[in-house]
Amino acid sequence: MLDTFFYSIVLSIFVGVATGYLGSLMVLEKMALVGDALSHVALPGLAIGITFHFNPFLGAFAFLFVSAAAIWHIQRVTKISFEALVGAMFTLALAIGILLYGNNLDALEAALFGDISQVTMVSTLVAASVCVIAVILTKLIYDKLVLAMISEDLAISKGINVARINLLYLFLVSVVVAIGIQIVGTLLVGFLVIVPAIAAKNLSTHMRRYSLFSSVFGAAAGFSGVLLWSVFNFGIPFPGPMVVFSGITIFAITVVINWRLKITT
Amino acid sequence: MAESNDDILKVSNLTVKLQNQVILDNISFNVKKGTTLAILGPNGAGKTVLFRTLLNLVPHTGSIEWAEKVKIGYVPQYVTVSDVPISVKEFLSMGNAVDFENSLSMVKLKDKNILNKRLGVLSGGQLRRILIAWALNDNPNVLFLDEPTSGVDMDSEEPIYLMLNEIKKTQKITIFLITHNIHIVQEYADDLIALNKCVTFCGPSEELAKPDTQRLIYGEPVCVETIRGET
Repeated sequence: MLDTFFYSIVLSIFVGVATGYLGSLMVLEKMALVGDALSHVALPGLAIGITFHFNPFLGAFAFLFVSAAAIWHIQRVTKISFEALVGAMFTLALAIGILLYGNNLDALEAALFGDISQVTMVSTLVAASVCVIAVILTKLIYDKLVLAMISEDLAISKGINVARINLLYLFLVSVVVAIGIQIVGTLLVGFLVIVPAIAAKNLSTHMRRYSLFSSVFGAAAGFSGVLLWSVFNFGIPFPGPMVVFSGITIFAITVVINWRLKITT
Repeated sequence: MAESNDDILKVSNLTVKLQNQVILDNISFNVKKGTTLAILGPNGAGKTVLFRTLLNLVPHTGSIEWAEKVKIGYVPQYVTVSDVPISVKEFLSMGNAVDFENSLSMVKLKDKNILNKRLGVLSGGQLRRILIAWALNDNPNVLFLDEPTSGVDMDSEEPIYLMLNEIKKTQKITIFLITHNIHIVQEYADDLIALNKCVTFCGPSEELAKPDTQRLIYGEPVCVETIRGET
Protein backbone atom coordinates (compact mmCIF):
# COMPACT_ATOMS: atom_id res chain seq x y z
CA MET A 1 0.00 0.00 0.00
CA LEU A 2 2.87 2.33 0.91
CA ASP A 3 4.51 1.54 -2.43
CA THR A 4 1.30 2.33 -4.29
CA PHE A 5 1.02 5.63 -2.43
CA PHE A 6 4.65 6.53 -3.23
CA TYR A 7 4.20 5.67 -6.92
CA SER A 8 0.97 7.70 -7.00
CA ILE A 9 2.79 10.72 -5.61
CA VAL A 10 5.57 10.39 -8.21
CA LEU A 11 3.02 9.84 -11.00
CA SER A 12 0.93 12.85 -9.92
CA ILE A 13 4.01 15.10 -10.06
CA PHE A 14 4.99 13.99 -13.57
CA VAL A 15 1.40 14.14 -14.83
CA GLY A 16 0.98 17.58 -13.22
CA VAL A 17 4.10 18.95 -14.92
CA ALA A 18 3.07 17.55 -18.32
CA THR A 19 -0.60 18.62 -18.20
CA GLY A 20 0.43 22.04 -16.86
CA TYR A 21 3.01 22.57 -19.59
CA LEU A 22 0.84 21.37 -22.47
CA GLY A 23 -2.24 23.04 -20.98
CA SER A 24 -0.47 26.42 -21.02
CA LEU A 25 -0.78 26.36 -24.83
CA MET A 26 -4.37 25.14 -24.80
CA VAL A 27 -5.47 28.03 -22.59
CA LEU A 28 -3.76 30.54 -24.90
CA GLU A 29 -5.52 29.06 -27.92
CA LYS A 30 -8.80 29.65 -26.04
CA MET A 31 -9.30 25.90 -26.22
CA ALA A 32 -9.54 25.31 -22.47
CA LEU A 33 -13.03 23.82 -22.69
CA VAL A 34 -11.95 21.79 -25.70
CA GLY A 35 -9.20 20.22 -23.57
CA ASP A 36 -11.72 19.46 -20.85
CA ALA A 37 -14.34 17.94 -23.12
CA LEU A 38 -11.72 16.04 -25.12
CA SER A 39 -10.65 14.17 -21.98
CA HIS A 40 -14.13 12.60 -21.69
CA VAL A 41 -13.70 11.08 -25.14
CA ALA A 42 -11.37 8.55 -23.49
CA LEU A 43 -14.28 6.76 -21.80
CA PRO A 44 -15.10 4.19 -24.53
CA GLY A 45 -11.39 3.44 -24.97
CA LEU A 46 -11.07 2.62 -21.28
CA ALA A 47 -14.17 0.37 -21.48
CA ILE A 48 -12.81 -1.51 -24.51
CA GLY A 49 -9.47 -2.03 -22.69
CA ILE A 50 -11.25 -3.45 -19.65
CA THR A 51 -13.58 -5.64 -21.77
CA PHE A 52 -10.81 -7.10 -23.92
CA HIS A 53 -8.23 -7.33 -21.12
CA PHE A 54 -5.54 -4.97 -22.36
CA ASN A 55 -4.21 -1.82 -20.72
CA PRO A 56 -7.26 0.49 -20.67
CA PHE A 57 -5.03 3.57 -20.92
CA LEU A 58 -3.86 2.39 -24.35
CA GLY A 59 -7.52 2.24 -25.34
CA ALA A 60 -8.06 5.70 -23.84
CA PHE A 61 -5.11 7.12 -25.76
CA ALA A 62 -6.23 5.50 -29.02
CA PHE A 63 -9.74 6.96 -28.66
CA LEU A 64 -8.42 10.36 -27.67
CA PHE A 65 -6.02 10.62 -30.57
CA VAL A 66 -8.37 9.25 -33.22
CA SER A 67 -11.10 11.63 -31.97
CA ALA A 68 -8.70 14.59 -31.84
CA ALA A 69 -7.40 13.85 -35.35
CA ALA A 70 -10.97 13.39 -36.67
CA ILE A 71 -12.07 16.68 -35.08
CA TRP A 72 -8.96 18.42 -36.45
CA HIS A 73 -9.67 17.11 -39.96
CA ILE A 74 -13.44 17.83 -39.92
CA GLN A 75 -12.72 21.34 -38.64
CA ARG A 76 -10.28 22.04 -41.47
CA VAL A 77 -12.75 20.75 -44.08
CA THR A 78 -16.01 22.22 -42.73
CA LYS A 79 -14.75 25.25 -40.74
CA ILE A 80 -17.20 24.29 -37.95
CA SER A 81 -15.75 25.47 -34.61
CA PHE A 82 -13.58 23.14 -32.53
CA GLU A 83 -15.88 23.67 -29.55
CA ALA A 84 -18.98 22.47 -31.42
CA LEU A 85 -17.21 19.42 -32.87
CA VAL A 86 -15.67 18.46 -29.53
CA GLY A 87 -19.09 18.89 -27.89
CA ALA A 88 -20.63 16.46 -30.40
CA MET A 89 -17.75 13.98 -30.10
CA PHE A 90 -17.72 14.20 -26.31
CA THR A 91 -21.42 13.37 -25.90
CA LEU A 92 -21.17 10.58 -28.49
CA ALA A 93 -18.18 9.09 -26.63
CA LEU A 94 -19.98 9.38 -23.30
CA ALA A 95 -23.01 7.54 -24.71
CA ILE A 96 -20.84 4.77 -26.22
CA GLY A 97 -18.79 4.54 -23.01
CA ILE A 98 -21.83 4.09 -20.77
CA LEU A 99 -23.27 1.45 -23.12
CA LEU A 100 -19.97 -0.44 -23.09
CA TYR A 101 -19.64 -0.36 -19.30
CA GLY A 102 -23.18 -1.72 -18.89
CA ASN A 103 -23.70 -2.56 -15.24
CA ASN A 104 -19.97 -2.70 -14.39
CA LEU A 105 -20.35 0.34 -12.15
CA ASP A 106 -17.04 -0.07 -10.30
CA ALA A 107 -15.09 0.11 -13.56
CA LEU A 108 -17.20 3.09 -14.70
CA GLU A 109 -16.48 4.89 -11.41
CA ALA A 110 -12.72 4.23 -11.79
CA ALA A 111 -12.81 5.56 -15.34
CA LEU A 112 -14.73 8.69 -14.38
CA PHE A 113 -12.81 9.56 -11.22
CA GLY A 114 -9.45 7.76 -11.47
CA ASP A 115 -7.98 4.69 -9.84
CA ILE A 116 -4.53 4.72 -8.30
CA SER A 117 -4.88 1.36 -6.58
CA GLN A 118 -3.43 -0.35 -9.67
CA VAL A 119 -0.36 1.94 -9.93
CA THR A 120 2.87 -0.08 -9.97
CA MET A 121 6.56 0.77 -10.25
CA VAL A 122 6.59 -0.24 -13.92
CA SER A 123 3.46 1.72 -14.82
CA THR A 124 4.84 4.75 -12.95
CA LEU A 125 8.18 4.55 -14.76
CA VAL A 126 6.46 4.20 -18.14
CA ALA A 127 4.04 7.07 -17.42
CA ALA A 128 6.81 9.33 -16.09
CA SER A 129 8.99 8.64 -19.15
CA VAL A 130 6.12 9.35 -21.52
CA CYS A 131 5.38 12.62 -19.66
CA VAL A 132 9.04 13.69 -19.95
CA ILE A 133 9.10 12.88 -23.68
CA ALA A 134 5.80 14.75 -24.21
CA VAL A 135 7.18 17.83 -22.44
CA ILE A 136 10.46 17.74 -24.41
CA LEU A 137 8.63 17.37 -27.75
CA THR A 138 6.22 20.17 -26.83
CA LYS A 139 9.15 22.39 -25.86
CA LEU A 140 10.61 21.86 -29.33
CA ILE A 141 7.43 23.19 -31.00
CA TYR A 142 6.32 25.63 -28.26
CA ASP A 143 7.64 28.79 -29.93
CA LYS A 144 6.24 27.73 -33.29
CA LEU A 145 2.80 27.11 -31.80
CA VAL A 146 2.88 30.50 -30.05
CA LEU A 147 3.94 32.22 -33.28
CA ALA A 148 1.06 30.53 -35.11
CA MET A 149 -1.30 31.78 -32.39
CA ILE A 150 -0.03 35.34 -32.88
CA SER A 151 -0.46 35.06 -36.66
CA GLU A 152 -0.81 31.87 -38.66
CA ASP A 153 0.36 33.65 -41.82
CA LEU A 154 3.44 34.92 -39.99
CA ALA A 155 4.31 31.37 -38.94
CA ILE A 156 3.70 29.94 -42.42
CA SER A 157 5.78 32.71 -43.99
CA LYS A 158 8.67 31.53 -41.80
CA GLY A 159 8.36 28.03 -43.23
CA ILE A 160 6.50 26.55 -40.25
CA ASN A 161 4.07 23.76 -41.14
CA VAL A 162 1.28 24.91 -38.83
CA ALA A 163 -1.06 22.01 -39.63
CA ARG A 164 1.65 19.47 -38.81
CA ILE A 165 2.71 21.02 -35.48
CA ASN A 166 -0.95 21.38 -34.43
CA LEU A 167 -1.49 17.68 -35.12
CA LEU A 168 1.65 16.76 -33.17
CA TYR A 169 0.43 18.93 -30.30
CA LEU A 170 -3.00 17.21 -30.31
CA PHE A 171 -1.22 13.84 -30.27
CA LEU A 172 0.87 14.87 -27.25
CA VAL A 173 -2.19 16.24 -25.42
CA SER A 174 -3.94 12.92 -26.03
CA VAL A 175 -0.99 11.00 -24.56
CA VAL A 176 -0.75 13.17 -21.46
CA VAL A 177 -4.51 13.24 -20.85
CA ALA A 178 -4.66 9.42 -21.16
CA ILE A 179 -1.99 9.15 -18.45
CA GLY A 180 -3.63 11.81 -16.28
CA ILE A 181 -6.89 9.83 -16.28
CA GLN A 182 -5.20 7.33 -13.95
CA ILE A 183 -4.90 9.98 -11.23
CA VAL A 184 -8.07 12.04 -11.56
CA GLY A 185 -10.30 10.20 -14.06
CA THR A 186 -11.88 11.37 -17.29
CA LEU A 187 -14.23 13.81 -15.56
CA LEU A 188 -11.53 15.75 -13.71
CA VAL A 189 -8.41 15.49 -15.89
CA GLY A 190 -9.48 18.60 -17.83
CA PHE A 191 -8.88 20.49 -14.59
CA LEU A 192 -5.15 19.69 -14.73
CA VAL A 193 -5.01 21.03 -18.29
CA ILE A 194 -6.82 24.31 -17.52
CA VAL A 195 -6.31 25.50 -13.94
CA PRO A 196 -2.49 25.41 -13.56
CA ALA A 197 -2.25 27.42 -16.80
CA ILE A 198 -4.76 30.11 -15.79
CA ALA A 199 -3.11 30.34 -12.35
CA ALA A 200 0.26 30.84 -14.08
CA LYS A 201 -1.24 33.45 -16.38
CA ASN A 202 -2.23 35.48 -13.32
CA LEU A 203 1.47 35.90 -12.48
CA SER A 204 3.15 36.06 -15.87
CA THR A 205 4.15 38.73 -18.34
CA HIS A 206 6.74 36.48 -19.98
CA MET A 207 6.23 33.24 -21.87
CA ARG A 208 9.09 31.38 -20.15
CA ARG A 209 7.77 32.22 -16.70
CA TYR A 210 4.22 31.36 -17.77
CA SER A 211 5.05 27.87 -19.02
CA LEU A 212 7.33 27.22 -16.02
CA PHE A 213 4.71 28.34 -13.49
CA SER A 214 2.02 26.33 -15.24
CA SER A 215 4.16 23.16 -14.96
CA VAL A 216 5.04 23.86 -11.31
CA PHE A 217 1.41 24.56 -10.37
CA GLY A 218 0.31 21.37 -12.15
CA ALA A 219 2.87 19.35 -10.18
CA ALA A 220 1.93 21.10 -6.91
CA ALA A 221 -1.80 20.44 -7.44
CA GLY A 222 -1.17 16.77 -8.25
CA PHE A 223 1.31 16.19 -5.42
CA SER A 224 -0.59 18.04 -2.69
CA GLY A 225 -3.92 16.57 -3.83
CA VAL A 226 -2.74 12.97 -3.54
CA LEU A 227 -0.97 13.78 -0.24
CA LEU A 228 -4.09 15.41 1.23
CA TRP A 229 -6.27 12.54 0.04
CA SER A 230 -4.00 10.08 1.89
CA VAL A 231 -4.77 11.99 5.13
CA PHE A 232 -8.36 13.20 4.60
CA ASN A 233 -10.02 10.95 2.08
CA PHE A 234 -13.55 11.10 3.57
CA GLY A 235 -13.95 7.49 2.53
CA ILE A 236 -13.59 8.36 -1.16
CA PRO A 237 -11.42 5.79 -2.97
CA PHE A 238 -9.91 8.22 -5.50
CA PRO A 239 -7.81 11.38 -5.06
CA GLY A 240 -9.34 13.43 -7.92
CA PRO A 241 -11.48 15.83 -5.82
CA MET A 242 -8.53 16.62 -3.53
CA VAL A 243 -6.34 17.35 -6.55
CA VAL A 244 -9.05 19.75 -7.74
CA PHE A 245 -9.27 21.47 -4.35
CA SER A 246 -5.47 21.85 -4.19
CA GLY A 247 -5.37 23.32 -7.68
CA ILE A 248 -8.21 25.74 -6.97
CA THR A 249 -6.42 26.89 -3.80
CA ILE A 250 -3.30 27.64 -5.88
CA PHE A 251 -5.45 29.50 -8.42
CA ALA A 252 -7.14 31.54 -5.64
CA ILE A 253 -3.72 32.52 -4.22
CA THR A 254 -2.55 33.69 -7.65
CA VAL A 255 -5.73 35.77 -8.05
CA VAL A 256 -4.96 37.52 -4.75
CA ILE A 257 -1.28 38.06 -5.73
CA ASN A 258 -2.34 39.41 -9.12
CA TRP A 259 -4.82 41.75 -7.46
CA ARG A 260 -2.38 42.97 -4.77
CA LEU A 261 0.63 43.43 -7.07
CA LYS A 262 -1.51 44.69 -9.98
CA ILE A 263 0.29 42.46 -12.45
CA THR A 264 -0.76 43.40 -16.00
CA THR A 265 -1.28 40.08 -17.72
CA MET B 1 6.64 49.00 -65.15
CA ALA B 2 8.33 47.47 -68.15
CA GLU B 3 10.26 44.22 -67.81
CA SER B 4 14.03 44.54 -67.10
CA ASN B 5 17.00 42.66 -65.63
CA ASP B 6 16.64 44.66 -62.43
CA ASP B 7 13.33 42.99 -61.66
CA ILE B 8 13.06 41.15 -58.37
CA LEU B 9 9.60 39.80 -59.23
CA LYS B 10 7.75 38.97 -62.43
CA VAL B 11 4.08 38.03 -62.15
CA SER B 12 2.27 36.79 -65.26
CA ASN B 13 -1.40 35.92 -65.70
CA LEU B 14 -1.90 35.27 -62.00
CA THR B 15 -5.39 34.03 -61.16
CA VAL B 16 -6.66 32.96 -57.75
CA LYS B 17 -9.98 31.23 -57.16
CA LEU B 18 -11.16 30.46 -53.65
CA GLN B 19 -14.34 28.47 -53.09
CA ASN B 20 -15.24 28.87 -56.78
CA GLN B 21 -14.98 32.67 -56.59
CA VAL B 22 -12.43 34.60 -58.61
CA ILE B 23 -10.40 36.68 -56.15
CA LEU B 24 -7.59 37.73 -58.49
CA ASP B 25 -8.15 37.75 -62.24
CA ASN B 26 -5.28 37.45 -64.70
CA ILE B 27 -2.83 39.81 -63.00
CA SER B 28 0.56 40.65 -64.51
CA PHE B 29 3.22 43.06 -63.24
CA ASN B 30 6.97 43.39 -62.56
CA VAL B 31 8.73 44.89 -59.56
CA LYS B 32 12.22 46.44 -59.66
CA LYS B 33 14.83 45.75 -56.97
CA GLY B 34 15.11 48.37 -54.26
CA THR B 35 11.81 50.08 -55.03
CA THR B 36 8.58 50.46 -53.06
CA LEU B 37 5.46 49.06 -54.71
CA ALA B 38 2.17 50.26 -53.24
CA ILE B 39 -0.93 48.15 -53.68
CA LEU B 40 -4.09 50.18 -53.50
CA GLY B 41 -7.71 49.11 -53.72
CA PRO B 42 -11.04 48.94 -51.92
CA ASN B 43 -11.83 46.34 -49.24
CA GLY B 44 -12.27 42.91 -50.81
CA ALA B 45 -10.18 43.88 -53.85
CA GLY B 46 -7.78 40.99 -53.23
CA LYS B 47 -4.80 42.93 -51.84
CA THR B 48 -4.07 40.63 -48.90
CA VAL B 49 -4.77 37.55 -51.05
CA LEU B 50 -2.18 38.88 -53.52
CA PHE B 51 0.37 39.09 -50.67
CA ARG B 52 -0.47 35.60 -49.48
CA THR B 53 -0.23 34.29 -53.04
CA LEU B 54 3.17 35.90 -53.54
CA LEU B 55 4.23 34.19 -50.29
CA ASN B 56 3.03 30.94 -51.87
CA LEU B 57 0.34 30.43 -49.22
CA VAL B 58 -2.58 30.32 -51.67
CA PRO B 59 -3.19 27.96 -54.63
CA HIS B 60 -3.07 29.83 -57.94
CA THR B 61 -2.56 29.61 -61.70
CA GLY B 62 -0.15 31.75 -63.72
CA SER B 63 3.48 32.34 -62.85
CA ILE B 64 5.30 34.06 -60.01
CA GLU B 65 9.02 34.38 -60.69
CA TRP B 66 11.21 35.72 -57.91
CA ALA B 67 14.84 36.71 -58.56
CA GLU B 68 17.47 34.40 -57.04
CA LYS B 69 18.25 34.48 -53.31
CA VAL B 70 15.11 36.35 -52.35
CA LYS B 71 14.37 36.35 -48.65
CA ILE B 72 10.99 37.77 -47.62
CA GLY B 73 10.07 39.44 -44.33
CA TYR B 74 6.35 39.76 -43.65
CA VAL B 75 4.37 42.13 -41.44
CA PRO B 76 0.72 41.02 -41.35
CA GLN B 77 -2.16 43.42 -40.80
CA TYR B 78 -3.62 41.51 -37.87
CA VAL B 79 -1.85 39.83 -34.97
CA THR B 80 -3.31 38.33 -31.80
CA VAL B 81 -1.20 39.51 -28.90
CA SER B 82 -3.62 40.74 -26.26
CA ASP B 83 -4.03 37.34 -24.57
CA VAL B 84 -0.50 35.97 -25.00
CA PRO B 85 1.93 36.56 -22.10
CA ILE B 86 4.99 37.06 -24.28
CA SER B 87 7.61 39.77 -23.82
CA VAL B 88 9.06 41.83 -26.66
CA LYS B 89 12.44 40.17 -26.08
CA GLU B 90 10.93 36.69 -26.33
CA PHE B 91 9.02 37.62 -29.47
CA LEU B 92 12.05 39.12 -31.21
CA SER B 93 14.17 36.08 -30.42
CA MET B 94 11.61 33.57 -31.77
CA GLY B 95 13.49 31.41 -34.22
CA ASN B 96 16.42 33.81 -34.50
CA ALA B 97 19.59 34.82 -32.70
CA VAL B 98 19.04 38.55 -32.32
CA ASP B 99 21.12 41.63 -31.61
CA PHE B 100 18.36 43.35 -29.65
CA GLU B 101 20.06 46.73 -29.59
CA ASN B 102 20.43 46.74 -33.37
CA SER B 103 16.84 45.53 -33.84
CA LEU B 104 15.45 48.34 -31.71
CA SER B 105 17.63 51.04 -33.25
CA MET B 106 16.64 49.96 -36.76
CA VAL B 107 12.99 50.69 -35.97
CA LYS B 108 13.86 53.84 -33.97
CA LEU B 109 12.88 52.55 -30.55
CA LYS B 110 15.30 54.12 -28.07
CA ASP B 111 14.04 52.78 -24.73
CA LYS B 112 15.61 49.36 -24.10
CA ASN B 113 13.09 48.73 -21.29
CA ILE B 114 10.57 47.92 -23.99
CA LEU B 115 12.27 44.51 -24.32
CA ASN B 116 10.81 43.43 -20.97
CA LYS B 117 7.32 44.71 -21.70
CA ARG B 118 4.55 42.35 -22.67
CA LEU B 119 3.74 42.54 -26.38
CA GLY B 120 0.04 43.01 -25.61
CA VAL B 121 0.54 46.26 -23.65
CA LEU B 122 2.47 48.13 -26.38
CA SER B 123 0.89 51.09 -28.16
CA GLY B 124 -0.21 50.56 -31.77
CA GLY B 125 2.88 52.37 -33.09
CA GLN B 126 5.30 50.45 -30.85
CA LEU B 127 3.72 47.12 -31.82
CA ARG B 128 4.01 47.87 -35.54
CA ARG B 129 7.68 48.82 -35.09
CA ILE B 130 8.36 45.58 -33.18
CA LEU B 131 6.63 43.56 -35.91
CA ILE B 132 8.80 45.30 -38.50
CA ALA B 133 11.92 44.63 -36.37
CA TRP B 134 10.93 40.95 -36.20
CA ALA B 135 10.45 40.79 -39.97
CA LEU B 136 13.92 42.34 -40.43
CA ASN B 137 15.64 39.81 -38.13
CA ASP B 138 16.46 37.43 -40.97
CA ASN B 139 18.02 40.21 -43.08
CA PRO B 140 15.39 39.95 -45.80
CA ASN B 141 15.79 41.69 -49.16
CA VAL B 142 12.01 41.93 -49.62
CA LEU B 143 9.57 43.29 -47.06
CA PHE B 144 5.81 42.72 -47.28
CA LEU B 145 3.83 45.26 -45.26
CA ASP B 146 0.06 44.74 -45.02
CA GLU B 147 -1.28 48.11 -43.84
CA PRO B 148 1.71 48.69 -41.57
CA THR B 149 0.06 51.57 -39.76
CA SER B 150 -3.29 49.91 -39.00
CA GLY B 151 -4.15 50.61 -35.36
CA VAL B 152 -1.73 53.56 -35.33
CA ASP B 153 -2.86 57.14 -34.72
CA MET B 154 -2.39 59.65 -37.55
CA ASP B 155 0.53 61.47 -35.89
CA SER B 156 2.52 58.24 -35.59
CA GLU B 157 1.91 57.12 -39.20
CA GLU B 158 4.35 59.44 -40.96
CA PRO B 159 7.36 58.59 -38.71
CA ILE B 160 6.82 54.89 -39.44
CA TYR B 161 6.93 55.49 -43.20
CA LEU B 162 10.00 57.73 -42.82
CA MET B 163 11.64 54.91 -40.88
CA LEU B 164 10.69 52.37 -43.56
CA ASN B 165 12.11 54.63 -46.25
CA GLU B 166 15.40 54.81 -44.38
CA ILE B 167 15.47 51.02 -43.90
CA LYS B 168 14.78 50.56 -47.61
CA LYS B 169 17.78 52.72 -48.51
CA THR B 170 20.25 51.43 -45.91
CA GLN B 171 19.32 47.74 -46.18
CA LYS B 172 18.64 47.83 -49.95
CA ILE B 173 15.25 46.26 -49.46
CA THR B 174 12.35 46.05 -51.91
CA ILE B 175 9.10 46.98 -50.19
CA PHE B 176 5.60 45.74 -51.06
CA LEU B 177 3.07 47.92 -49.29
CA ILE B 178 -0.70 47.56 -48.94
CA THR B 179 -2.32 50.82 -47.91
CA HIS B 180 -5.49 52.86 -48.31
CA ASN B 181 -3.64 56.14 -47.81
CA ILE B 182 -3.19 58.02 -51.09
CA HIS B 183 -0.84 60.53 -49.51
CA ILE B 184 1.47 57.73 -48.35
CA VAL B 185 1.46 56.21 -51.84
CA GLN B 186 2.43 59.51 -53.44
CA GLU B 187 5.04 60.34 -50.84
CA TYR B 188 6.78 56.99 -50.26
CA ALA B 189 6.01 54.56 -53.11
CA ASP B 190 7.84 54.41 -56.42
CA ASP B 191 5.24 52.36 -58.23
CA LEU B 192 1.57 51.64 -57.77
CA ILE B 193 -0.79 48.81 -58.57
CA ALA B 194 -4.48 49.51 -58.15
CA LEU B 195 -6.43 46.32 -57.66
CA ASN B 196 -10.07 45.46 -57.87
CA LYS B 197 -9.77 41.73 -58.48
CA CYS B 198 -7.99 42.68 -61.72
CA VAL B 199 -5.37 45.42 -62.11
CA THR B 200 -7.10 48.78 -62.75
CA PHE B 201 -3.85 50.76 -62.83
CA CYS B 202 -0.17 49.87 -62.93
CA GLY B 203 2.55 52.50 -63.17
CA PRO B 204 4.60 55.12 -61.35
CA SER B 205 2.95 56.35 -58.16
CA GLU B 206 3.27 60.01 -59.22
CA GLU B 207 0.62 59.25 -61.86
CA LEU B 208 -1.86 59.08 -59.01
CA ALA B 209 -1.97 62.88 -59.01
CA LYS B 210 -3.46 62.89 -62.51
CA PRO B 211 -7.25 62.96 -62.81
CA ASP B 212 -7.13 60.34 -65.58
CA THR B 213 -5.37 57.87 -63.27
CA GLN B 214 -7.79 58.61 -60.46
CA ARG B 215 -10.68 58.02 -62.83
CA LEU B 216 -9.18 54.63 -63.68
CA ILE B 217 -8.85 53.71 -60.01
CA TYR B 218 -11.86 55.32 -58.39
CA GLY B 219 -14.19 56.08 -61.25
CA GLU B 220 -13.93 59.82 -60.56
CA PRO B 221 -11.10 62.12 -59.39
CA VAL B 222 -10.20 62.22 -55.70
CA CYS B 223 -9.14 65.56 -54.22
CA VAL B 224 -5.76 64.54 -52.71
CA GLU B 225 -5.30 67.95 -51.09
CA THR B 226 -8.54 67.52 -49.10
CA ILE B 227 -7.42 64.10 -47.84
CA ARG B 228 -4.08 65.57 -46.76
CA GLY B 229 -5.89 68.34 -44.92
CA GLU B 230 -4.04 71.03 -46.82
CA THR B 231 -6.99 72.90 -48.33
